[in-house]
Amino acid sequence: MSLPAVDLVGIWAAVLALALFMYVLLDGFDLGVGILYVFAPDSASRSLVIHSIAPVWDGNETWLVLGGIGLFAAFPLAFAIITPAVYFPISVMLLGLIFRGVSFEFRFKDASRSGYWNYGFFGGSVIATFAQGLVLGAFVQGFQVEGRHFSGSSFDFLTPFTIFTGLALIAGYALLGAGWLILKTEGPLQQWARGLAKRIFWLFMAAIVLVSVLTAQMQPAVAARWFSWPNMLYLSPAPVATLALAVWAWRSIKGPSEFGTFGATVGLFLVSYIGLAISLWPNIVPPSISLWDAAASPKSQAFLLVGVLFLLPVILIYSGWSYFVFRGKVRAETHD
Amino acid sequence: MDLDPVFLSRLQFAWVVAFHIVLPAFTVGLASFIAVLEGLHLKTKDSAYLRISMFWIKIFAISFGMGVVSGLVMPFQFGTNWSRFSDATSNVTAPLLGYEGLTAFFLEAGFLGVLLFGRQRVPQSVHFFAALMVATGTLISTFWILAVNSWMQTPQGFVLIDGRFFPDDWFKIIFNPSFPYRIAHTVIAFYVTTGFVVMGVGAYTILRGAYVAEGRRMVSMALGLLTVLVPLQLIVGDQHGQNTRRYQPAKLAAIEALWESKSPMPLTLFAIPDETGERNMFAIEVPYLGSIILTHSLRGTVRGLKDYPAADRPPVAPPFFAFRIMVGMGVLMLMTVALGWLLRWRGRLFTARWYLRICQLMALAGFIAVLAGWTITEVGRQPWTVYGLLRTSESVSPSLTGSDVLLTLIGYMIVYLIVYPTGILLMARLVRAGPTAMSTAAAPIESGLPAQPILALPAEPKQERSAP
Repeated sequence: MSLPAVDLVGIWAAVLALALFMYVLLDGFDLGVGILYVFAPDSASRSLVIHSIAPVWDGNETWLVLGGIGLFAAFPLAFAIITPAVYFPISVMLLGLIFRGVSFEFRFKDASRSGYWNYGFFGGSVIATFAQGLVLGAFVQGFQVEGRHFSGSSFDFLTPFTIFTGLALIAGYALLGAGWLILKTEGPLQQWARGLAKRIFWLFMAAIVLVSVLTAQMQPAVAARWFSWPNMLYLSPAPVATLALAVWAWRSIKGPSEFGTFGATVGLFLVSYIGLAISLWPNIVPPSISLWDAAASPKSQAFLLVGVLFLLPVILIYSGWSYFVFRGKVRAETHD
Repeated sequence: MDLDPVFLSRLQFAWVVAFHIVLPAFTVGLASFIAVLEGLHLKTKDSAYLRISMFWIKIFAISFGMGVVSGLVMPFQFGTNWSRFSDATSNVTAPLLGYEGLTAFFLEAGFLGVLLFGRQRVPQSVHFFAALMVATGTLISTFWILAVNSWMQTPQGFVLIDGRFFPDDWFKIIFNPSFPYRIAHTVIAFYVTTGFVVMGVGAYTILRGAYVAEGRRMVSMALGLLTVLVPLQLIVGDQHGQNTRRYQPAKLAAIEALWESKSPMPLTLFAIPDETGERNMFAIEVPYLGSIILTHSLRGTVRGLKDYPAADRPPVAPPFFAFRIMVGMGVLMLMTVALGWLLRWRGRLFTARWYLRICQLMALAGFIAVLAGWTITEVGRQPWTVYGLLRTSESVSPSLTGSDVLLTLIGYMIVYLIVYPTGILLMARLVRAGPTAMSTAAAPIESGLPAQPILALPAEPKQERSAP
């Protein structure tokens, strides 16, 4: 089999970037709903809250598998360095996701103990989100590498900065979750979601600003990229877009827009995501290993890419269709 | 005490795989069984098939969900604990795992939803098609996972550059020497496991006296399947053993606890292998039988463990005992099937209560055999991750300390020990409820505008079925 002269690294980077963003966006809002869930005013509204994500949450979670395996297959060196470096956050995240997943299913089937599983669902969601925030922070911090291996200790991930990014992600997912609930509910429950969103909004905005400032302070190279001329001009759309989205989010939270909060929060995540990519480019293992260094052999990348390029559009269409099927508000007793 | 990260990582991997493998061992077969039931119902319009199918779909939903979340853990283990293995082999193994993930993903996002929630929303033939696709998907997943596993056992089709494996010929990589035997042996094992579970649940249903007709049909269908598959498994297992003798002779020697090369070789029925003394204690042997079974000739030679440097030998006791447990289960299965036919011939298959109780117990036989078989093949692969080429001790993540791994292992133990008993309890509850005359009303989530099953439940406890 002769290989085309195309550089597959770019395509794979795009596929992975898409998978990871889809994960953050989709599991982000249902983890967020899990975080907000126990604060719902009564058990009837709790049921509605959980039903708003019931048909979609496990499909959302599978993007994580695609992201993890995609990283392993396309950029194995990054996988082999990063996963041991964030050994505890990843393990805790997996345990959180397991606990959350089964709590969700058991909650429906084990009525006598549904209260217990409710807290399992809440706790699992919070822990998994916090752990993902730790991974994000550790990623920005960079990893100590020797040869082809992570050479630090399993506790290197734990710094004030990563704890802060962990908390920041809880705020971010919670805002996504609140936005989703504004979209899917109505009446007093929607008012409740708007009330929560108001408070979380300021936390999340503060977190975005602080993480950006701390990152620039921690990594002089990142600061140089953003604050040198003429980069500053080219990159200025990023802060402008953030500001515009923040205004859109705030106005939508107050009403009457139902989609705005969710849409604007997704936008904020997207801008932050792109900002992070600009800061780290072309590295996949900060501070020194680039996408090309970490890439699998062209033959390996090509072998899996065939399947991905065929199945990814199908998966996207199918996911879109299932959201379409379950569109509209969740209601209590309209059983048709 | 000095905590060894390699040993603890192996223990952790064993723990998460052992809990994971029992679910596919059950769901792969169950998916096919459901597809058959849906097909039969479509063709014959016999509502009993539909009731049995709906009953098993509820159990399938729980076990498949548990399989998905416990499976989520697996690919990350390769990175977190076995990063050197990942770095060395990823160019070969990761794309295969990638295809497994894509298949599972496709299944999850695609046809599972229709199978579980879509009966009222799509035509019957489409629902059958979804069942068929779920079954096919589980088999395709099995294909890719076993391709990776087999490649680690009998690697080929690669070039080795600076200690890292690069793909040379994908066909050779996938269809490596042990793959055809392993996939046949494993898929049959999964079907047999499901067969005995269905038979056991059917027997229980008959014994309780409710839904006897459905129970009889379950026992009958399972017995028919097992009549073909259990003897077939003995033949395939024997062929798999021949393959092991050719490509992994040290593993075979460990299975038989054979220290010296011998011709003719006796069959050791029981012994306590003494690894430091390189001998067996309390051995019970049958002359010639080892050569006959393992080489298919009276005086065939089988190489003993002493032919290999001590550092290249697998542990002996685990594969030795696990093999005897697996074969013991096989014999019990064969006897159960034979006894079933004897009773059927006398017209007492559904009335001999003692036999139905045996069937109930035998529901566990497949799981025990699968776990034992998996122990044989994986412990027998030691001390290598890629057989003969990459040592387990050189596969572990260099940054991990023993206490790091111990902490996460305890975490996995606690979570699994909460989750699994609960899952089993809930499935047991569904079994106790039986294949009830189910309402055809839409399940809450199915309608897209869910009712509140939780609030409805306490008033009418038998309606657990309404929550998918």
